[in-house]
Amino acid sequence: MADLRCEFAGIKSPNPFWLASAPPTDKAYNVERAFKAGWGGVIWKTLGEDPPIVNTTSRYGATAVNGQRMVGFSNIELVTDRPLDINLAEIKQIKRDWPDRAVLVSLMVPCEEAPWKKILAAVEDTGADGVELNFGCPHGMSERGMGSAVGQVPEYVEMVTRWCKATTAMPVLVKLTPNVTNILAPAQAAKAGGADAVSLINTVNSIVSVDLDRMAPNPMVDGKGSHGGYSGPAVKPIALHLVAEIAADPACAGMAISGIGGIESWRDAAEFISLGSHSVQVCTGAMHYGFKIVDDMIDGLDNWMDSKGHGRLQDFHGAAIANLVDWQDLNINYELLARIDQDKCIKCGLCHIACEDTAHQAISVTGQGAARRFEVIDPECVGCNLCAHVCPVEGCIEMVPVDNGKPYLNWAQDPRNPQAGPAQ
Amino acid sequence: MADVADIRTGRLSAVALAENFADVHRPLDPAAALVDANRCYFCYDAPCIGACPTGIDVPGFIRAIATGNVTGAALTILQENIFGGSCARVCPTEILCQGACVRNGDGDRPIQIGLLQRHATDHLKSGARHPFTRAPATGRTVAVVGAGPAGLACAHGLARQGHDVIVFEARSKPGGLNEFGIAAYKVPDNFAQEEVSFITAIGGIEIHSDRTLGRDLTLAQLRLDFDAVFLGLGQDGVRALDAPGADLTGVHNAVDYIAALRQADDLAKLPVGRRVVVIGGGNTAIDIAVQTKRLGADDVTIFYRRGPVQMGATHHEQDFAQINGVRIKHWLRPLRIDNHEGAVTAAVFAAVGQDDSGSLADTGAEQTIPCDMVFKAVGQTFVPLGQGGPELAAGRIAVGPNGQTSLPDVWAGGDCVAGEDLTVQAVQDGKLAARAMDLFLRNMEA
Repeated sequence: MADLRCEFAGIKSPNPFWLASAPPTDKAYNVERAFKAGWGGVIWKTLGEDPPIVNTTSRYGATAVNGQRMVGFSNIELVTDRPLDINLAEIKQIKRDWPDRAVLVSLMVPCEEAPWKKILAAVEDTGADGVELNFGCPHGMSERGMGSAVGQVPEYVEMVTRWCKATTAMPVLVKLTPNVTNILAPAQAAKAGGADAVSLINTVNSIVSVDLDRMAPNPMVDGKGSHGGYSGPAVKPIALHLVAEIAADPACAGMAISGIGGIESWRDAAEFISLGSHSVQVCTGAMHYGFKIVDDMIDGLDNWMDSKGHGRLQDFHGAAIANLVDWQDLNINYELLARIDQDKCIKCGLCHIACEDTAHQAISVTGQGAARRFEVIDPECVGCNLCAHVCPVEGCIEMVPVDNGKPYLNWAQDPRNPQAGPAQ
Repeated sequence: MADVADIRTGRLSAVALAENFADVHRPLDPAAALVDANRCYFCYDAPCIGACPTGIDVPGFIRAIATGNVTGAALTILQENIFGGSCARVCPTEILCQGACVRNGDGDRPIQIGLLQRHATDHLKSGARHPFTRAPATGRTVAVVGAGPAGLACAHGLARQGHDVIVFEARSKPGGLNEFGIAAYKVPDNFAQEEVSFITAIGGIEIHSDRTLGRDLTLAQLRLDFDAVFLGLGQDGVRALDAPGADLTGVHNAVDYIAALRQADDLAKLPVGRRVVVIGGGNTAIDIAVQTKRLGADDVTIFYRRGPVQMGATHHEQDFAQINGVRIKHWLRPLRIDNHEGAVTAAVFAAVGQDDSGSLADTGAEQTIPCDMVFKAVGQTFVPLGQGGPELAAGRIAVGPNGQTSLPDVWAGGDCVAGEDLTVQAVQDGKLAARAMDLFLRNMEA
């Protein structure tokens, strides 16, 4: 039984599974249900200045892939639409009732020092464990100079973070937008401003789909659409990359990371943690299936950690970062060949046609009908993995390393590289 | 009166009958169709295409369903098989496309190709408009004899090429076995007639019912009056049961009873026995057994002279009969049918064994099965046309590739020629004949 306790910047939670600042954490009713279900923490849905904002209907769009619904999810909802004092009172009550859970509060106010000071004091009074500065939302509030409009300007990120750190003793997390060219610029700015941690990614700017009958983007509000924030499993690879960039950056060392982006399972969480996340935040997965998904997240992570001999999250935290290198550091002498297990092959021919039409013409077909046979033409195979990915049968196509006797050689050392230095 | 056979009408309530004869396979709803369409691997040179007698591009139409191009899916199907709607309902897919699906392996299940095909073709039907247009009129005329799947597939193919077709049908309405032979719950809600209307909506096809070749028409006259003739005559003969008592009034041809059932306005008015015996091993045996069971027969048993492997009915059909409460007894050969004052009282069977050489021989044991009604489902036969007709081979019309008969201007297809007795094969026969006839008609001297 692994120890799933999570702790960074003085924030403690019984497990690393937090609900991200979003509709699931909009009010005490939801948060109460989440904690009963077993979630380790929440980031309360972003508080702003009174009077509260007003939302539209509808607010959500979604991408279905091959019949799987909500692979991607887009929203145009703004920050909380409830009065500040009601939210603060509920946060205080929740923290009192659930002292072992992490209760953080997301904040978004105009880019001036006074409103930040004012709201921080109010939040501090609730006993919350920390704040998360919402510099991420790409829709709506960004038009009002908040959210990603701040996150896209490193100087603003640093400035606001500094104000907040100077004002409050609470740990400060800075939530980053992925809608930038280089994530290290705002991350380093957060570090410079004194942030205890960054949370990422916020949603990706998007148009989730177009209604071809009404010729308008979704989600539609009275026949018109606006760009929204994209989330869900579709964004996970983008999030993993941006998390890893920060985790691997020496200039960001010492700053914790709360990973966000398409996390719906224990495996997703383990991947984020292995790339340097301390906690993980979930929204779309919970909005799709309800809070109960945390059961298997906890249980699955526990079982997997047991199977790997990891007693605590720290045992594998950031463990994959050491193996994340630049392309130029990869071993150019390493060779793989595809191997088709003829006993497992169901003769669908997908490996053949993928290789034939779009890759290296390295899989031959002989025979007809059920007697068809697909075989790798070794001299043509470049070991690209395409066949193994298109093959629908688990374990049918294996990529086998070739013992070619060649030593490690990277591109910088490769004589075929016109820019290569002298052999070392 | 104890010995009087218990044959009555109205064994079940109207509600129960309606339920028993409703669609046996519920159509997929759009969400379920999408899920199954997305299970398709879109195989390269997919085996399901080769397993379809009409060569439908199965992965192509399934992908179109998956992308929401359901109209395109329907056209892909109908392009190769204008009876795509009925084939989706009646094809033994387990031995055709679905049987060839690569997902038949251990722990997996094939794509529900039949149900997906129905999903696509039903979608088009709701759109009303006939999807194909006719080529400019050629002035050529063709007589098609038989308005079943072979004849109408041929008629449609010819009409599409601009030829004018008159279809002569012996029965009171078109559709062939789809209308008179297929089990009612496979094609409910007047589906066969709707499909005929859909097919003939292309134009250039006239159907003349109640016109029988050999009685109202002669092949010689048709050959004089038309530029070409297609014979889709089916198999009108019924193999005789060589057993004493086979001519009793309580002994019926399964195909005749099914035809009556298919045409009945009120199923409650069909007389059915309490204890029913069916003799035969093909799909007709299954169909009569299950339908009499669903009409309210208490006890229905199929008797077949050989084993389950040799049955003409597919494994799937045998299972279907059994989940409907029909018993199937093997290795029993009918000896005689007993009666009391003309009413059937029992069927008597001889047990059959197979010797080392594989030939069948009676073991000497007998079984007497008390029953009220006996159905013969021992096969149908082609009734030859006699003098002036095309040459025969093994009792059916001899044809070359594309259905050409020994007569230069006469083609044939469907159950009246050798081959698989399947709707889908009949459609393919008609389709290929239409292509060959089109060439013939275009090359005719003016």
